[in-house]
Amino acid sequence: MVPTVKVRGLKCRECGRGYPAAPLHVCEFCFGPLEVDYHYEALRKLVTRDRIAAGPPSIWRYKDLLPVDGDPAVGHHAGFTPLVRARNLAEELGVRELYVKNDSVCHPTWSFKDRVVAVALTKAKEFGFDTVACASTGNLANSVAAHAAEARLRSFIFIPADLEQGKIVGTLVYAPVLVAVEGTYDEVNRLCSEVADKYRWAFVNINIRPYYSEGSKTYGYEIAEQFGWRAPAQIVVPCAAGSLITKIWKALKELSALGLIDTVKTRMYAAQAAGCGPIVTMIKERSEMLVPVRPNTVAKSLAMGNPADGVYAYRVVTESGGAAEHATDEEILDAMALLARTEGIFTETAGGVTLAAAKKLIEQGSISRDEPIVICITGNGLKTVEVLGSRLAETVRIRPSLSAFDRALADLKTLTQA
Amino acid sequence: MPVLVRIPTPLRRVTNGAGEVHAKGSDIAELIEDLERQFPGLRERLVEDSGELRRFINVYVNQEDVRFLAGRGTALKDGDEVSIVPAIAGGR
Repeated sequence: MVPTVKVRGLKCRECGRGYPAAPLHVCEFCFGPLEVDYHYEALRKLVTRDRIAAGPPSIWRYKDLLPVDGDPAVGHHAGFTPLVRARNLAEELGVRELYVKNDSVCHPTWSFKDRVVAVALTKAKEFGFDTVACASTGNLANSVAAHAAEARLRSFIFIPADLEQGKIVGTLVYAPVLVAVEGTYDEVNRLCSEVADKYRWAFVNINIRPYYSEGSKTYGYEIAEQFGWRAPAQIVVPCAAGSLITKIWKALKELSALGLIDTVKTRMYAAQAAGCGPIVTMIKERSEMLVPVRPNTVAKSLAMGNPADGVYAYRVVTESGGAAEHATDEEILDAMALLARTEGIFTETAGGVTLAAAKKLIEQGSISRDEPIVICITGNGLKTVEVLGSRLAETVRIRPSLSAFDRALADLKTLTQA
Repeated sequence: MPVLVRIPTPLRRVTNGAGEVHAKGSDIAELIEDLERQFPGLRERLVEDSGELRRFINVYVNQEDVRFLAGRGTALKDGDEVSIVPAIAGGR
């Protein structure tokens, strides 16, 4: 495969060994993860603010910095989600300037996974694969199935058999082959490594992973562009594998290295559930030693007990001078309700984790009240409707008469004045 | 103190194709030195220049991850089984 002007090849993150730009993800020498290596000198001459601004209102305006050779094959409308100025929430939290980057409305499957999958499947087609696959507990499954349908690729989605109904329907509707494995997510993942080896399919989070993960940089590029070509002082990011936070940081550093924004002084903050927070624990204890845990949290989309990018996420947070916090299940649900009530944004549990952690970090003084804050929302609340039950207000139920309504309204007024 | 060592497929090129070998050492660090004597080039696949175990290599002594024991200082005795297993970098 002849390297294009922008991609030099793949490079091991641990030992630095170089590889061609092929569907590889593990270093043959030290088993470290491979990452795409770009010709930054060439890109410096090519990429400008105007060139990006002239691109489409999607992740593809940043195509020069994504590892695809030709035009996007799929996911043409992914990304470029709103950066919402959250005035009501800011007032309630007692901070001066707060933003919500809202991927709960990402097209087409309502999570930030649409970014990484659009890149992964475009690359899979470039490599000549006719079948794509993934191991997932939700958002990734939805996204791969949907994009495979658009790209007319066969797809195999591997999930743990006890996955929630909403996520199953939200995947099956696109007509993939859905494989429900009787085991834990870790067992599903291990099986998928073996299947990937044997069947030569494009597993977006295994053999296509180095290309797939680059799609997350667009989340960071957009924050900078939408913030006026500046890197905001403080960004709070939910962590599952720990990939997103490292890619947002990489995105900001790339824009600065390319001369598009000033030196990056952003502090990155990691958010995880108390019931599955090994990355936050590393940061709090200032230790690069990752201790895997058994997940036990309502935030199932972040439930990775042994996060693949944990150490890299730790380094990003410490290098940037940030911090990290855990959120209990109660705090997560409260935060979901808070965001909906103040800003009209309905996010899934991962978003609750991020806001709950941010709230604690603000109260502790780790996040400054006087500098801009961006809360990263990554998925839509309708994906996990079951969890909110207790937090929702009671429905007002009446008989179909005006007087019945008048009475109910009067009761409400009394209640709210109480 | 002879110990059984299981070698993963990607490293068998260095051990002349052997998936199971025997080695000596009172702890993991000494075991790695003995493995290097028998199979030159094996040490640099397992440890970094600093001497620390490479991040994406897991070593188990009788099914227990040495990172939860004493790392390279984990003691060994006759009949112990050591497994070398590359970490699988997974996603979600």
